[in-house]
Amino acid sequence: MTPDRRTLLRFDPAGLVVACLLLAVAAVIWWDTEALRITSVYGVGPKAIPYAIAAGLVLLAIGNLVIAVSGAAPARESIDPMAVLLILAGLAALIALIAFGGGFIPAAAILFAATSTAFGRRAPLTDLAIGAALGLVIFLLFDKVLTLALPEGPIERLL
Amino acid sequence: MDALLPLAHGMAVALQPANLLYALIGVFLGTAVGVLPGIGPALTVALLLPVTYKLDPGGSLIMFAGIYYGGMYGGSTTAILINTPGESASMATALEGNKMAKAGRGGPALATAAIGSFVAGTIATLGLAFLAPWLVEIAVKFGPEDYFALMCLAFVTVSATFGDSPVRGLTSLFVGLVLGLIGIDKLTGQARLTFGVPELLDGVEVTTLAVGLFAVGEALYVASRRRHEPEQLEKVRGSLWMTREDWRRSWKPWLRGALFGFPIGALPAGGAEIPTFLSYAVERRLCQYPDEFGKGAIEGVAGPEAANNASAAGTLAPLLTLGLPTSATAAMMLAGFQQYGLNPGPLLFAERPDLVWGLIASLFIANGMLLVLNLPLVGLWVRLLAIPQPWLYAGILVFATMGTIAAKPSVVELTMLAAFGVLGFLMRRYDYPIAPVVVGLILGPVAESQLRRALSISLGDPMVLVQSPFAATLLALALLALIAPFVLKGLSRFRAEED
Repeated sequence: MTPDRRTLLRFDPAGLVVACLLLAVAAVIWWDTEALRITSVYGVGPKAIPYAIAAGLVLLAIGNLVIAVSGAAPARESIDPMAVLLILAGLAALIALIAFGGGFIPAAAILFAATSTAFGRRAPLTDLAIGAALGLVIFLLFDKVLTLALPEGPIERLL
Repeated sequence: MDALLPLAHGMAVALQPANLLYALIGVFLGTAVGVLPGIGPALTVALLLPVTYKLDPGGSLIMFAGIYYGGMYGGSTTAILINTPGESASMATALEGNKMAKAGRGGPALATAAIGSFVAGTIATLGLAFLAPWLVEIAVKFGPEDYFALMCLAFVTVSATFGDSPVRGLTSLFVGLVLGLIGIDKLTGQARLTFGVPELLDGVEVTTLAVGLFAVGEALYVASRRRHEPEQLEKVRGSLWMTREDWRRSWKPWLRGALFGFPIGALPAGGAEIPTFLSYAVERRLCQYPDEFGKGAIEGVAGPEAANNASAAGTLAPLLTLGLPTSATAAMMLAGFQQYGLNPGPLLFAERPDLVWGLIASLFIANGMLLVLNLPLVGLWVRLLAIPQPWLYAGILVFATMGTIAAKPSVVELTMLAAFGVLGFLMRRYDYPIAPVVVGLILGPVAESQLRRALSISLGDPMVLVQSPFAATLLALALLALIAPFVLKGLSRFRAEED
């Protein structure tokens, strides 16, 4: 079977990226395992399995490459990158707020509003309020009643 | 009959008011998440793990099992009424169920699903109660090489059954195995793949991975393709009650569904997809009214729904007796056991019979509760579907991040959650199955230590791995399961070219 134009068109770039990533991970494992200093151990030491997994990753990289070239990839729907970025921005804001001591409730409010906007709602202020209320309920329930430690900021310390 | 006495003791444990309450919360939550498309029982257990680690282990595990069973019931409601299966286990139900609902027979469809789930769930739980002691007796004699072989088989079957290509499944599995390498090696104290980050020394938290992949990944995926999914909710019209004719046509598929679901669920191949589709195919062939199939045949709802509940009970057999998870939800339940320092296996049956048998007995109670919750209250669950999708997913994400910081209050953990979310999104988008990653993370380190234990007992002689006939058989099966899809694919291609 010679690759004609049609199979060339169905080449799947995602498979190529996956294969490269797998090779990269295999290289990192190899490098990390090489760097282990080990006094001799009985039987199989901590190095054997990482090497085996790295070898498996190389084989899988080849397998993924074969799938990508053979054009077995299913058709994919178009996506809305803005929605994904918006949710990730919400998560980033949450992480930053918590890292700098902003507390759980405002962080939850921002994540809630960002996600609901990503899902097509156009009422960020209402959603901020709902998110803050949800964060407050979760904080009271889990931090105060179930005594889990949630990050505290200026608002939480007042409670 | 060595199951009856412990089962009676277990029933006494399960009937304690606190445990009844846990079971009720579990089945209630389970039904709710089963009804809501996009959140499954695995995600729910993952979300609840961090908030339950201070509660009573027995009660929490009863609750998790209730969620598992409840998710199987609830999934059918969504599959029948909006043709968007909440779980992959309900995909077969949607085929006929939604047609029945469109034809105004949604009531009987829901009824046969719920009653069939109850019948099959009860049969399968009985099967679990009688199979478990027997499996435990076998498992006691297992050496490390047998466990290693068993896990190899689980690795292969889990990656080969999920997803459309074994290469994709294995790729997912290896992502999990790599994540499992991270942290301090338990046998020598060496730090592997930690890159000097102290938070990584303890390894990757199973809950962070699962919540990232299932919750964050799912939210990103649904948000990215929101425009593609128009949903149509069918109202429940007509009577909920099944006619005499419906009963006559349903009871055999229920029993057959249970017979498919339990054994296949109990095999390391696991999962609920295979038995449900098998049951659908068989009912289609055996049906007296074959022309009704595709237009809403009640057999096509009764069989698969019975099969998926029976498979949930089947999955618990290898989980409780061998510590072997064969589905994503079972993997999360294993993580639940581990957070209390409990290791499912023969030892657990000896050391904590009250806990294990209380859990098994509570499954009967959960099944009864679910029948009551699902049939008369179906209107209530349908109303859940009216929650606007933006708020639903926003709430899930807030809860997901809360659970992660509550378990491990660090920014590194949150960053990992976000990274796993992106990973889950990309994997879903490019058709890599998610469940093998979680199974790889949980079982990888266990398989490694069993292998190294076996080899250090044999002073490094690899022949020990195939000396026990049991281990040799399992490894051969694993090899067969690994190669078979490629060979079969080659054969079918060969045939296609011949035409």
